[in-house]
Amino acid sequence: MEYFLQQLINGVTLGSVYGLIAIGYTMVYGIIGMINFAHGDIFMVGAFVALISFILFALTGISLPIILILVLLIAMIFTACYGWTVEKLAYKPLRKSFRLAPLISALGMSIVLQNYVQAAQGARIKTLQPVIQGGFNFFKESDFVVTLSYLQIFIVLVTIVLMAIFTLLITRTALGRAQRACEQDRTMTALMGINVDRTISMTFIIGSSLASVAGVMFVMYYGVIDFYIGFLAGIKAFTAAVLGGIGSIPGAMLGGLLIGLIETFWSGYISIEYKDIAAFTTLVIVLIFFPTGFLGKPDIEKV
Amino acid sequence: MGKDLIQKSLKDSLFTGIIALALFGPIVGLRTVAKNEVLVVEPKWFIVLLIVAFCAIGRFFINIYSYKKEQRRGEPSSLGKAISNFLDEKGAQIAIAAIAFSIIFPFMPFADRYWMDIAIMMMTYIMLGWGLNIVIGLAGLLDLGYVAFYAVGAYSYALFAIHFGWSFWICLPIAGLFAGMFGILLGFPVLRLRGDYLAIVTLAFGEMIRILLLNWYELTKGPDGLTGIPRPSFFGLPFKRYPDEGVETFHTFFGLEYDPMQRIIFLYYLILVLALITNAFTIKIRRLPVGRAWEALREDEIACKSLGVNPRNTKLTAFAIGAMFGGFAGSFFATRQAFISPESFTFIESAIIVAIVVLGGMGSQTGVVLSTIFLIGLIEVFRDFESYRMVAFGGAMVLIMIFRPRGILAKRKPTITMGKHG
Repeated sequence: MEYFLQQLINGVTLGSVYGLIAIGYTMVYGIIGMINFAHGDIFMVGAFVALISFILFALTGISLPIILILVLLIAMIFTACYGWTVEKLAYKPLRKSFRLAPLISALGMSIVLQNYVQAAQGARIKTLQPVIQGGFNFFKESDFVVTLSYLQIFIVLVTIVLMAIFTLLITRTALGRAQRACEQDRTMTALMGINVDRTISMTFIIGSSLASVAGVMFVMYYGVIDFYIGFLAGIKAFTAAVLGGIGSIPGAMLGGLLIGLIETFWSGYISIEYKDIAAFTTLVIVLIFFPTGFLGKPDIEKV
Repeated sequence: MGKDLIQKSLKDSLFTGIIALALFGPIVGLRTVAKNEVLVVEPKWFIVLLIVAFCAIGRFFINIYSYKKEQRRGEPSSLGKAISNFLDEKGAQIAIAAIAFSIIFPFMPFADRYWMDIAIMMMTYIMLGWGLNIVIGLAGLLDLGYVAFYAVGAYSYALFAIHFGWSFWICLPIAGLFAGMFGILLGFPVLRLRGDYLAIVTLAFGEMIRILLLNWYELTKGPDGLTGIPRPSFFGLPFKRYPDEGVETFHTFFGLEYDPMQRIIFLYYLILVLALITNAFTIKIRRLPVGRAWEALREDEIACKSLGVNPRNTKLTAFAIGAMFGGFAGSFFATRQAFISPESFTFIESAIIVAIVVLGGMGSQTGVVLSTIFLIGLIEVFRDFESYRMVAFGGAMVLIMIFRPRGILAKRKPTITMGKHG
């Protein structure tokens, strides 16, 4: 029971990270119908920006809450630049090309980002000293002490706040309306006087900044990153997006949570060596048996 | 007019400079280095300055250039089209010349150990490219996990050869069979998925096989890999300087001096023959009903369904045959290296093979050869710059998709058309 509770806490924390990345996949898929393969690497860049700024701020001696806010903001701004540039360079010229062209271009971009970061920052793994320490302990008298660390609370709280802001953005603002319109019919939206290019750029900027927040959390939670983390995290977040129904934003969050739980329970109860297989198997099973996911719309193929 | 343009371009390049600063400032400019177990930041502002200046100035000249070009309104000349037309006309002669060149290649004066190794590596990639071309180019299925079949072929060859002592020529078809079976096994549930979903699922399968190889220690020795894989023999004659008692070797049988190059040359011819078989098979099967069905499915799946082509079975044959050739290439790889580990079968290998097929022009057999020479050559030339070469590689993928989305040799002419060709 105590063990189960601990896995639940860990799973929800991990799920928040995956959910934030999954939103980027699902938004881009909704609006231009492509799988942004480089999104996982955008997340990785976010983690690196966070690592660098944590190291720099540690020297200044500013108080911790201000550091956290600053790091989040810095990571979001710089990573958004990456998302924006990647879209402009690699996807925008291919919008009218054949179906697989953007996917292959995204694959190339993912290779570029990984190896560029490796070249610039070195191939070794980077470790960060724990930023937030301590936490609550439950069931102290039993033989398995359940820990809920402050860091985990912070991660889940930030995710909830961001999700709330983001939902408001999509449902209440002009930008959100433009995005939803682009999802339905891009040509018609353009005829209504909406700048489609700008809306798509904004989608990439928002998606990348959410991914960078996930990167900040990842580097704080695990404390170890390298240039390759984006690949696995990207696939898992994509699985989350598919599980929740690709194109659906609440679905992405739900899917992220589920993938996080599946992964922690799998490694907690079945086998830790094969924990990545859990996510892959989920992906395959979901795509085969219910490709629309939980909250997705069925995809009708037209002639 | 001109002043306006310059002002606009300056503004634009300033903006580019700011973006470049944001991109490269933190990642390139602040390198994290471990000093006494603690990470510190090492600033490298000079390089950032150079990159930013380069981006801004480059942007400025691109603006001016594209404005001038717009004024001229000339037909853009296309190098790829020219090459493509040239190959169409002289295709047969060039193919014969290329094959002749590859046959005499080992006896060229410059063909030393280094060149032979590169040639063997390129041939392996050409063969993999041709194998994957069946799946991507003919059937139009983007397979990002092709390396899984390569791995299955390599491991099944290695395991059979080590544990049962079977020779290369018995293990080769078995390895191909195993890989083909895996192709059917993996393909069966997933082939009804649409293009990009299929790509991701095949990627997941590729990674699953690698994780399995990494963790199934009893069978695969995990990350340690399999060592002591038998070398191939020349129809029973081994290539050894000091053979076991009473065993005739290649050099004693033919009365030659022992030379390690003999084995290399033999391996080269082996992969050449395997690759040419793959090519001949593809050319042949394109004209058979199943090959036609692949191409038809690639062009329009719904039309095919309504004409009674079973898309799943048709795709499955393409998947299985592609996988089989991957398995052949894998067993060649195992016998050449004499050592295999999951390290050799990472996702990046899949990406390289996909890049070869896609950049060459999907469906074009000549394109595979050209893009292998280009890409593997690129990787070889920048051998000493490990990660920069992969940056260049990924960049090449993006650029070719932008400028020639159908590949270098943009040729997608169905083998059969109604009425006049055109």
